[in-house]
Amino acid sequence: MALIKATGLGVSFGETLVLNDVDMTISAGEIVTIVGPNGSGKSTLLRCLVGAMTPDRGRVDRAPDLKIGYVPQKLMIDPTLPLTVGRFLNLPRKTDRKTAQAALDQAGAGALWDRPMSGLSGGQFQRILLARALLERPNLLVLDEPTQGLDQPGSAAFYRLIEEVRTETGCAVLMVSHELHVVMSTSDRVICLNGHVCCHGTPEVVANSSEYRALFGTGTAGALALYRHEHSHSHDHTCGHDHAREKESA
Amino acid sequence: MTFLDDFLIRAALAGVGVAVAAAPLGCFVVWRRMAYFGDATAHAAILGVALSLALSLPVTVGALAVAVIMAFAVSQLSHRGMALDTGLGVLAHSALALGLVAVSFVQGVRVDLGAYLFGDILAVTKSDLAVIWLGGLAVVALVAWRWSALLTATLSPDLAHASGFNPKREGMVLTLALAVVVAVAIKVVGVLLIGAMLLIPPAAARPLARTPEAMAVLAGVIGITAAITGLWAAFAFDSPTGPSMVSAAALLFVGIGVITRLKHA
Repeated sequence: MALIKATGLGVSFGETLVLNDVDMTISAGEIVTIVGPNGSGKSTLLRCLVGAMTPDRGRVDRAPDLKIGYVPQKLMIDPTLPLTVGRFLNLPRKTDRKTAQAALDQAGAGALWDRPMSGLSGGQFQRILLARALLERPNLLVLDEPTQGLDQPGSAAFYRLIEEVRTETGCAVLMVSHELHVVMSTSDRVICLNGHVCCHGTPEVVANSSEYRALFGTGTAGALALYRHEHSHSHDHTCGHDHAREKESA
Repeated sequence: MTFLDDFLIRAALAGVGVAVAAAPLGCFVVWRRMAYFGDATAHAAILGVALSLALSLPVTVGALAVAVIMAFAVSQLSHRGMALDTGLGVLAHSALALGLVAVSFVQGVRVDLGAYLFGDILAVTKSDLAVIWLGGLAVVALVAWRWSALLTATLSPDLAHASGFNPKREGMVLTLALAVVVAVAIKVVGVLLIGAMLLIPPAAARPLARTPEAMAVLAGVIGITAAITGLWAAFAFDSPTGPSMVSAAALLFVGIGVITRLKHA
């Protein structure tokens, strides 16, 4: 049975249609990545799926045994808030030192227990967030652009880590990213989003689909491709996006 | 309880009560950058004082009612994402001005405005003391009960959601606690300086703390020290008590700041 099944999701912010008729499922143990340009509704979709937001239309069904481990896009830790890594791992629930240390080791940040959160590097910070999510013993790990601010080797290492975690714990992984090339190699399934689901399937299928190429260009080599895509691609279903207008502004 | 017959003992207990209630709440005010929020709520309370005088109600009741309304109005405003700094500033100052105008209209009572603006801790009665400690302990209990959820919501609303908390509800807990602290602290430090008692002890405690809990406890210790030192200074130098307490807290803030700077240098 699917861990999460979304049917016909629709979200509008004021006049803007952010998500339109989005269907998707996540099954146990698979790594699903949502890719899409800026403003394509990736984070909104993620927030609807985890329940941080109620969609205007459509429904989200969650498996009764669903346990989400959430890795937020960023944390605003005010410098006035003193927080060591160890204390952070005990939020929101107390965990014994051994379990917490094991999660820290699994996330590749074993030596950081006593360090203040404010003094961590971007990569260390992401690993701590991952360790905290693992403490929830999730069967679904949800990551919102987990490698923002990391350099290429850093983010490649982080995605390898995610894959290892999946192999070790068997949890499903849902992430949002726009680092296509890295994501492509680690995902079981890719969902290409631009307000609606443009295309989905295995990384190979998506990379070779005309919709995907229309959005990201023929090369999957990252950021530059984002600026080369054209929006005049056609769909076999109607979508609420004004592709012509986007083309003008692109 | 004969020892409560001494007005200095009552004053000291009132000051300690407010310091204890303000410490954990003040930490969240600092972490969530709600300083202006505290000021707006406190300033609005003077309007409640005017209402209480007009309706012959206990001052705490009117102040609490208006503080609650103001606190929730302000938090609604912040959810709408208005330019918060300006919006809060407008609210805080207009509430104070309106309150002062309203107090002047209250007929038949000679009101000592200074007592409400800066506190009149030496006039604290036994029943005032009961209100301060009941309110204060209620706030401490509430914040302690929601502590983990509040901390999580402070770090990231999305994280709180994913952990099964509603960050909006946790925000309301803080809003309510703030209104209660304002209402019980009027007698002690007055509406103008409540913000200071919320803000300065946690700010002073920050360099000494490595965990949020340690910061809250240290803020309590610093607040209590400031309250008692201020009371002593007021007695020794015949200075106004509320402002003396805040001055003592400010001195502790500077002292701790300088010492930790020197140690790290």
